[in-house]
Amino acid sequence: MKDHYELIILGGGPAGLSAGLYAARARLDHVLIEKGVPGGQVLLTDWVDNYPGFPEGLTGFDLVEKMTQHAKRFDLNIETACVTKIDLSDETSKVLQLEDGKSVSCDTLILCNGASANTLNVPGEQEMRGKGVSYCGTCDAPFYRNMHVAVIGGGNTAIQEAEYLTKFASKVTVIHRRDELRATKVIQEIAFANDKIDYVWNSQVVSIEGDNEVERLNLIDKDGKKSALEVQGAFILIGVTPNKDGLPLDLLKADKWGFIPTDVEARTAVPGVMAAGDICSKSVRQIVNAAGEGAVAVLSAEEYLQNKK
Amino acid sequence: MASDKVQQLNDAEFDTAIQSAQPTLVDFWAPWCGPCKAIGPVIEDLADEYEGKLTIAKMNVDDNPVTPGKFGIRAIPTLILFKDGQVVDQITGAVGKSQLVALIEKGN
Repeated sequence: MKDHYELIILGGGPAGLSAGLYAARARLDHVLIEKGVPGGQVLLTDWVDNYPGFPEGLTGFDLVEKMTQHAKRFDLNIETACVTKIDLSDETSKVLQLEDGKSVSCDTLILCNGASANTLNVPGEQEMRGKGVSYCGTCDAPFYRNMHVAVIGGGNTAIQEAEYLTKFASKVTVIHRRDELRATKVIQEIAFANDKIDYVWNSQVVSIEGDNEVERLNLIDKDGKKSALEVQGAFILIGVTPNKDGLPLDLLKADKWGFIPTDVEARTAVPGVMAAGDICSKSVRQIVNAAGEGAVAVLSAEEYLQNKK
Repeated sequence: MASDKVQQLNDAEFDTAIQSAQPTLVDFWAPWCGPCKAIGPVIEDLADEYEGKLTIAKMNVDDNPVTPGKFGIRAIPTLILFKDGQVVDQITGAVGKSQLVALIEKGN
C-alpha cells in the first residue's frame, strides 16, 4: 500500500465493490481497503432473488464473486488491512490509522463500512454464541438438522432465513414483537405456506438458557405474560448496527445509532468524504441501493477532486 | 485452483494428523457455505507462506460429521489451531488474513 491515494474506498461489500468499479474505470488513483474478504453481509445471504439482471437469482457468494471480478477487470486495487481510526480533522488529508501501526491518507474517502447484526442484549446470548445462538441461518442451518429452532425477528432477513432453516430443522418458530411481519409480501407468502414454520406474536425474548448449549428461550408477551420455548437454536435476525468503530461520529454528524447521514450525491457533512451502503442513515438497506450509492459516491469524489485542482 | 499444499482431512485420519510435529490449522468448511468459499483463497495463500512451519488442512463437515461434533462446531467457517494434538485457539467467520495470522502465531 502507498502512503497516499486520491481516493480510498473503505469496505468491500456491494457499495464498496460498486464504488471500486467506478473508481477503476475513472482511472482514479485509488485503493479499496477491506479488513477481511470482499462481500460484506451478502456473503451471509443464501440466495439473492432481487438483484436486477439475474433473473434466475444467485447465491450471495456468486454475486460477490461477479462484482469483484467485474471491478478487477478494470484493475480495481484491493488491499487487506484493518482500519482502527479515521482522522478527518484536516480536510486536505484524511488519515486512516491501520492496525499494524502504519497509516494511509487520501484526498477523498468513501465510507462503505457496512453494518453488522444487532444483538438482543439479553442474558445468555453472549455465552451461547456459537452454541446455539446464531446471527446467520445460511451459515449455520445444517448444524440444526431435525432440531427445533427459533428465529427472532420479522423482517426480510428473518423470514427468508426461517424458510431456509426449514430445509434442515424439524420445526422453526418465529418470535416477533409485533402481530404482523414486516417482510416483503412474496417472502411472507412463502413462509405462511410452509407448515414447518409457526409463530409466536407480540413477544420478546428476555433470556436464553441452557447447560452449555441452548435449551430454552424465556419469553414475555405484550401483556406481560411469561412463557418458555424449548429450542436447540436461536437465530437472532433483528436488523443491523453500523460498523462505526474508529469513525469521527461527531464530525460526520452521525445519527443516534451511528449511521451516517448523506445527501442525494452520497456526500457526508465532511467535505470530500462520501458514504454508501448500509453505513448510511436511511430506511432501505438493499444490495441494489448500496451498489447505486457506491457509484454515486465515486462521481461525487471525482467532482470534489476536480474542484480542488 | 486448489493448492496442493492444503491437505484434505477426513474423520478417520484426523487424530493422527493433529499429532504431527508441526502445528496444524484446520479449516472446517462446507460447499454450501459462502463465507467458507470466500476465505478459501486466503487459506491457500497462508499454506504457501507457512510451508514447512505449519500444516494447513481442510475438513468438509458434510462428509465428516464426527470431528466437528467432537469440537462442538455449530458454525462455519471455523478454524482451529492444533499443537501436539491440543486445541490452541479457534476463530469463526470469514475473517481476514491478519486475524488468521494472529491465530497462527499463537502456536509459536
